[in-house]
Amino acid sequence: MFATRPEIRPATVEVLVDGQPCRVPEGASAAAALLLAGLPASRETPVSGAPRLPYCMMGVCFDCLAKIDGVANRQACMVTVRPGMRIAPQRGARMAGVA
Amino acid sequence: MNSENHDALVVGGGLVGAAIAYGLQRQGLRTLLLDEGDVAFRASRGNFGLVWVQSKGLGAPHYQRWTRGSAEEWPSLAAELQERTGIGTGLHQPGGVHICLSGEEFEKRGDYMARLQREAGNLGMEYRMIPGAEARDMLPGLGPKVAGVSWTPYDGHASPLYLLRALHTAFTGLGGRYQPNARVERSTAAPQDFSVEAGGIRHRAPRVVLAAGLGNADLAPRFGLSAPVRPERGQILVTERARQVLPMPTTTIRQTEEGSLMLGDSKEDAGFDLGQNPEIMRQIARRAVLSFPWIAELNLVRAWSALRVMAPDGLPIYDQSERFPGAFTANCHSGVTLAGTHANRLAPMIAAGALEPEMAPFTARRFDVRHAA
Repeated sequence: MFATRPEIRPATVEVLVDGQPCRVPEGASAAAALLLAGLPASRETPVSGAPRLPYCMMGVCFDCLAKIDGVANRQACMVTVRPGMRIAPQRGARMAGVA
Repeated sequence: MNSENHDALVVGGGLVGAAIAYGLQRQGLRTLLLDEGDVAFRASRGNFGLVWVQSKGLGAPHYQRWTRGSAEEWPSLAAELQERTGIGTGLHQPGGVHICLSGEEFEKRGDYMARLQREAGNLGMEYRMIPGAEARDMLPGLGPKVAGVSWTPYDGHASPLYLLRALHTAFTGLGGRYQPNARVERSTAAPQDFSVEAGGIRHRAPRVVLAAGLGNADLAPRFGLSAPVRPERGQILVTERARQVLPMPTTTIRQTEEGSLMLGDSKEDAGFDLGQNPEIMRQIARRAVLSFPWIAELNLVRAWSALRVMAPDGLPIYDQSERFPGAFTANCHSGVTLAGTHANRLAPMIAAGALEPEMAPFTARRFDVRHAA
């Protein structure tokens, strides 16, 4: 559904979205990577389990929550991609790190 | 100006007013609930959500009984609201603990609980002082700094916002009239005959109940009552939602039904300032992390402050006007805990026209200077 704009970008970086390699423009957000990867949903809400994708792309709506490099519930639209970044769907509420 | 007649007027659309209005309407009184609007301080929107027994009423056995009574009424109130409105209030009463972070705190708490039990008299009060090692088996991830906890089976928690919505929905569902943006302007008082102007309408009724939170301080004298309440600020921090881990609430930490952790609760004299303050927020967070170190990993997503409605001695004020029978006032800082007694015990007394003798110790006359003999 989503594609990058046609302008020539100088470089791309490779990230892993839900375990699959995905090339995204340098400087893009992890939320952009989630959209480009074409997942049907990148999170499920904690209470009702409703499927969601990134929405506002500006740090407001929290619908882009994802597990990034092992850290749960990060706002993916506020995180710039780095090579090899692991971006995984956030399924429901995060675990609290109870020992 | 248009004029309307009712059986009862309730001033204040928060948890206290809504619980009483619901109780009155359920008794068959045609009740009008007047709500000032979002310019009011809205303590009910900032409530922490405990249905709490174990820290209430030392030196005031009548308050201890009233609070315990409310915890007992809560399950039937919650079930009834669910039945009438389909709105769940998130009530859980699995018991609760107060966490002590040092041996000294634990010892003091032990004395406190023992005194509370003595004052409970025939009512009895079951509690246990549980040392750290045993408490760590009971509460997952309880920190090594915790010296121990006090536990009672009576404590619990609920969602203040769902409760408020359920009370309003149940009240209007029974035919009660809710009038928002209706600050009380002029009013008149005579025995069993009251009128208030609010929202451009003059309302008359033989009963009036003042449940306007901090607004009661100014309103009460107009009805032959006194409500010397002052604000006490409390700040709350809220984390992102996490999988359910806490099996029971504590005095200052609870996990909501949806998974958020709520961290409280400061007690500040800040006048009517609804602001927040980093130093207090840091103290709240530090104490929460000492209690449960894993909370440090969670992101905070919201924080707010609200103003408790406090009488000079910290206890509720329930009163009836001697000069103008039919006028009542209800003031407290525990709108969630006391919703059970407000709806199920206080409202029937008001409907019947007089507070029961058991309510006498709650009168505001306790603040009057006593005349020397």
